[in-house]
Amino acid sequence: MTHADRGGPAQPLLTVVDLKKHFPIPRAVVRAVDGVTFNVLKGETLGIVGESGCGKSTTARLLMRLLDPDGGEMLFDGETVGNAHSGVAMKEYRRQVQMVFQDSYASLNPRLPIEDSIGFAPRVHGVSAGQARERAHELLAAVGLAPNQFARRYPHELSGGQRQRVNIARALALYPRLVVLDEPVSALDKSVEAQVLNLLMDLKEKFGLTYVFISHDLNVVQYISDRVMVMYLGLVVEQGPVDAIYDRPAHPYTRALLASRPSMDPDKRRTEPPLTGDPPNPVNPPSGCRFRTRCPFSEKVCETTPPPAADLGGGHLAACHMAAVGSGHSQAGKVAA
Amino acid sequence: MSAALKLEPAAPLVKLRNLTVRFVSRDADVAAVNGVDLDLAAGESLCILGESGSGKSVTLRALMKLLPKKAVVEGGIEVAGNNVQAMSESQLQDFRGSTVAMIFQEPMTALDPVFTIGTQIAETVCRHEGISRSAGMARALELLELVQIPSAKRRLAAYPHELSGGLRQRAMIAVALACRPKLLLADEPTTALDATVQIQVLLLLRELQEKLGMGVIFVTHDLGVAGEIADRVAVMYAGRVVEEGPVRAVMKRPLHPYPQGLLGATVHAGLRGQRLTTIPGAPPSLENLPPGCAFAPRCSLAEPACTVAVPEARKVGADRMARCIKV
Repeated sequence: MTHADRGGPAQPLLTVVDLKKHFPIPRAVVRAVDGVTFNVLKGETLGIVGESGCGKSTTARLLMRLLDPDGGEMLFDGETVGNAHSGVAMKEYRRQVQMVFQDSYASLNPRLPIEDSIGFAPRVHGVSAGQARERAHELLAAVGLAPNQFARRYPHELSGGQRQRVNIARALALYPRLVVLDEPVSALDKSVEAQVLNLLMDLKEKFGLTYVFISHDLNVVQYISDRVMVMYLGLVVEQGPVDAIYDRPAHPYTRALLASRPSMDPDKRRTEPPLTGDPPNPVNPPSGCRFRTRCPFSEKVCETTPPPAADLGGGHLAACHMAAVGSGHSQAGKVAA
Repeated sequence: MSAALKLEPAAPLVKLRNLTVRFVSRDADVAAVNGVDLDLAAGESLCILGESGSGKSVTLRALMKLLPKKAVVEGGIEVAGNNVQAMSESQLQDFRGSTVAMIFQEPMTALDPVFTIGTQIAETVCRHEGISRSAGMARALELLELVQIPSAKRRLAAYPHELSGGLRQRAMIAVALACRPKLLLADEPTTALDATVQIQVLLLLRELQEKLGMGVIFVTHDLGVAGEIADRVAVMYAGRVVEEGPVRAVMKRPLHPYPQGLLGATVHAGLRGQRLTTIPGAPPSLENLPPGCAFAPRCSLAEPACTVAVPEARKVGADRMARCIKV
């Protein structure tokens, strides 16, 4: 039941082009995701960071097709998603793409012993009860929960960290190629968080997985990701290799976000907040560059023109007028490390 | 700093002695806090660090006698010279808000959704200081300016749902500061906030604490928050303070194996590609604490002596304490 690779290692596992999701509310529209374009390469971990309301969880749900997009295109290993005639059908796609949610309790059926929760999807896909149980036990062992001790337990009999391990096991039950992890460690205590992060790294190697890892925790994303995408108000403001983003952030928002991390060193306390105010309401985002209302470098051009993604080399893209030569911003092209 | 203000050896603002809290019901006896001693000087900022179930929030609530009736609270709780345990309900009403105030993690549930921000602040001031409503509103305006809410005058008439998360948290801080408390208790006040807003609120709290000379007890699970705001840190585990000391010392060279493990397990820059060190296992059940050191089952240095008796609090140097027989 494993899935064959089709396009070879160079073809992105998932290509997302101009993906949009707008939620209608009375007399307005929330532009939760407003045209995001990115690739997920085979075998990598793509980290998505951003503050609440930036569209990172909506993006996750769009990737899983738990929500239908209002525009844009998704290609899975080169084939259109959700088109039974010319591409990969929804049922097949969902078998290859699985998700782990933040709330480990709400995402498990409280009335099912965990081995049945893990074996549920294989059963739906036509595996016999005996084989499904066997698979569940294999996976429980793989996530570090001894099957003879845990298989018959119910979710309420487990700790938060153990439940999240069950959710991870369940996501792997169908031999997926891509796992979307939406804040998988945010609800866990620090000592347990480290255990689960180590587990995720082990499983990735063991099963040859590709991860999309969504988090608001910049340190965790830096630790686990190969590439990072920064979102703000429904748009991607910057993406690139993890070292480029963390060492040479080009977008003023990325810089502010990184500078907002509390210092672990009491001798290096922050004295000034990098940004003032809260992110604006996504119902009515600012014209031009959406970050301009909080940006210290905002100029006329930022008000009138949404900045295109400027290529800084090595796959590092930043949607900022200062990063684009000839954009009309007085500091255009001067952005560097 | 506030050090200059407290030259006279006054009684500490907060004095906790052997505080225990148990939640007893028909089928469980949960030992949430198991003998906590803490002192806080006036104008000092203390961070209680701990994971969920460590007893940090219960300790905080005990200081204001906010725990439910079924909680069995024992030990000495003294705040600004008052024996909190012995206070009557009406004494508590005067005490809460004027001497001690608390801010919470979730401002949306802490503020009343059907009253404007201005009304809620003025209500507190009028109740405690017996001033008129218009004087109360004037104070509310001053307070909103103090917590740096932009266009404060307009925001007085705003309802909580009309404010963003960061502004709501500022409004809650304004309510708490309305009667110039000597002690501010903060229970994870920035956990629900976004990164760029969290740092603003942390810096605001630090500034206000220094400006108003309040004592602050901050409860958090985030080492970074402690690093930004605390003078001293107390690390709790299974209802006991396992280590206490000045923030620099504890964060740079913790003595107890639990904070050592916690620092090692905290993801920070420079760990990429390395395996994270973890603390094996999970915290013990508070219904059934192990005898001796509660951390022993997860501790790589544990030896038989650790499970015999709860380790004594050992003083290290002038201002540090750790509950570990190896220290």
